[in-house]
Amino acid sequence: MKIAKYLLAFLCPIILLSSCKKSDDTLAVQTKSSFTIEFEHQVNGAALALNTATYKNAKGEDFKLNIFKYYVSNIKLSKADGTAYLVPESYFLIDESKSSSKLITINDVPTGDYTRIEYTIGVDYARNFAGAQTGALDPINGMFWTWNSGYIFVKLEGTSPQSTAANNALTFHIGGVIDPNNTIRTFSAEINPANPLRVRTDSKPDMHFIVNAAALFTGKTDISFATLNFTMGGANSVIVADNYAKGLFRLDHIHN
Amino acid sequence: MLFLSIALMYACSKDGDEIVPAAEKITFSVPSNFSAPAYNFENNKLTNAGFALGKKLFYDARLAADKSVSCGSCHQQFAAFANLDHKVSHGVNNCQGKRNAPPLFNLAWQKAFFWDGGVKNIETSPLNAITDACEMGTDIETIITLLKNTAPYPDLFKQAFGSTEINSQLVLKSITQFTAVLVSANSKYDKVMRKEGAATFTSAELTGYNLFKEKCSSCHAEPFFTDFSYRSNGLDLASADEGRSHITGLSTDFGKFRVPTLRNIEFTGPYMHDGRFYSLDEVMEHYNSGVKPASNLDVKLKGGIQLSTTEKEQIKAFLKTLTDNDFIKNKLYSES
Repeated sequence: MKIAKYLLAFLCPIILLSSCKKSDDTLAVQTKSSFTIEFEHQVNGAALALNTATYKNAKGEDFKLNIFKYYVSNIKLSKADGTAYLVPESYFLIDESKSSSKLITINDVPTGDYTRIEYTIGVDYARNFAGAQTGALDPINGMFWTWNSGYIFVKLEGTSPQSTAANNALTFHIGGVIDPNNTIRTFSAEINPANPLRVRTDSKPDMHFIVNAAALFTGKTDISFATLNFTMGGANSVIVADNYAKGLFRLDHIHN
Repeated sequence: MLFLSIALMYACSKDGDEIVPAAEKITFSVPSNFSAPAYNFENNKLTNAGFALGKKLFYDARLAADKSVSCGSCHQQFAAFANLDHKVSHGVNNCQGKRNAPPLFNLAWQKAFFWDGGVKNIETSPLNAITDACEMGTDIETIITLLKNTAPYPDLFKQAFGSTEINSQLVLKSITQFTAVLVSANSKYDKVMRKEGAATFTSAELTGYNLFKEKCSSCHAEPFFTDFSYRSNGLDLASADEGRSHITGLSTDFGKFRVPTLRNIEFTGPYMHDGRFYSLDEVMEHYNSGVKPASNLDVKLKGGIQLSTTEKEQIKAFLKTLTDNDFIKNKLYSES
């Protein structure tokens, strides 16, 4: 029985693929491989160090960070010919305090040269309301709002002398999927066609992204911690999401 | 017509001369006078073991921070899983919550939960009560650790889900196997509607029903006796509780709360989001003479709903036909 199942699983893609072939006699088997993505956390070019280092926002205000974590989901890879591959069930929680979370592996990707990557910063609408989840979306990860269901897409906490909140706290919990306060944002990067993401059975490329935590506070609206130091969804979260949509991620390089 | 039907299944032994009763099979079926449910167990296969585990978790006070309250403490079966005589819920460390514990039944038809509709899926609803400082005051991680180290939970998870692994998803899915199965659709009203047996309204009940349809059902719509909308019924000129606007951020939602079901209303007092009214007489008098011109007052309630003393009695007589004793006394849902 098991062998039959494997055989079927093996045959299905072949049948699917061969039926798509237009005028090719050879039966190509779709091979799959993997690649990794590394997220390097920085603040305006300096390495991110929780709890110790002091940084400046665009307004020149000092701040420190205690927590920096966010979701990357629905990773989509495109080739130069326009065909795309959506990585199924791709939900990743990247957490500065867990170094292993900053290097993710994407498995079972059809081999080929990809020239564009796109992903959601946060979690898609449906999964916010889909009931009890597991893995990266497990509410145990502290990224799920219980009182107003939905995921916190980006969580940044820290302190700033300019913050008027108790203990000079900075609390930026960005999330919410209902208009007008929808904070789902998409990031995309074109990949230099001269050095595309080459997914091969014999080579597993690594994509390297620079993630700038200070991008929450500039890009569209420069934020002063004297006036905005706390948000958990709502209009102020939209201001922050519009900022980080512009500058949170930058594709730095690819090791093929 | 059976809703949560206890199908007594008999399995015959091979030689056919011995009848062995199998376990009562827990099922979920849609009453003929109800619409299709929002939750249908598609991704959470209902089993006897899953239901039994969910029920055990529901009634286990060890889950709370100080081990003093379970879900069942504020959701009591004899009160149709509301909280009898408590204006607001009473959680760990004697903390008083700010809202009245709603009854739990027909939840599979509900698309949003709590008075403000902040939770959108029945499976994640318990998280709110688990983590609220004035309810169970704990977190899911602590609960999972407790369950992993407390017999017979690992075995019960294995029976329910095929593995001794315990995680938040399985905890929430098993609780949902209990809460979503709570269907109340066997009141006198239901039997009359479904023309079951000799069930008929008395003349007072029938007059009350007609008055109800005329004056109440635009919000308390049949057959759930709520249209699941959020409205202000003018309890105060300025609500002390922001209500729905806490979720939407819209000033037009300030002071609005979900229209509550009236099924089993005889047993679910005190009434309103803050439990301010102890009796149905007070509720009715509110609509007759007490509606305040709050800024977001529902347009249908402008000027209140005039009710004579006789009319109030007739409506009350009808409301009592919404009591479902089969549900309230069903031992399947009881703690032991």
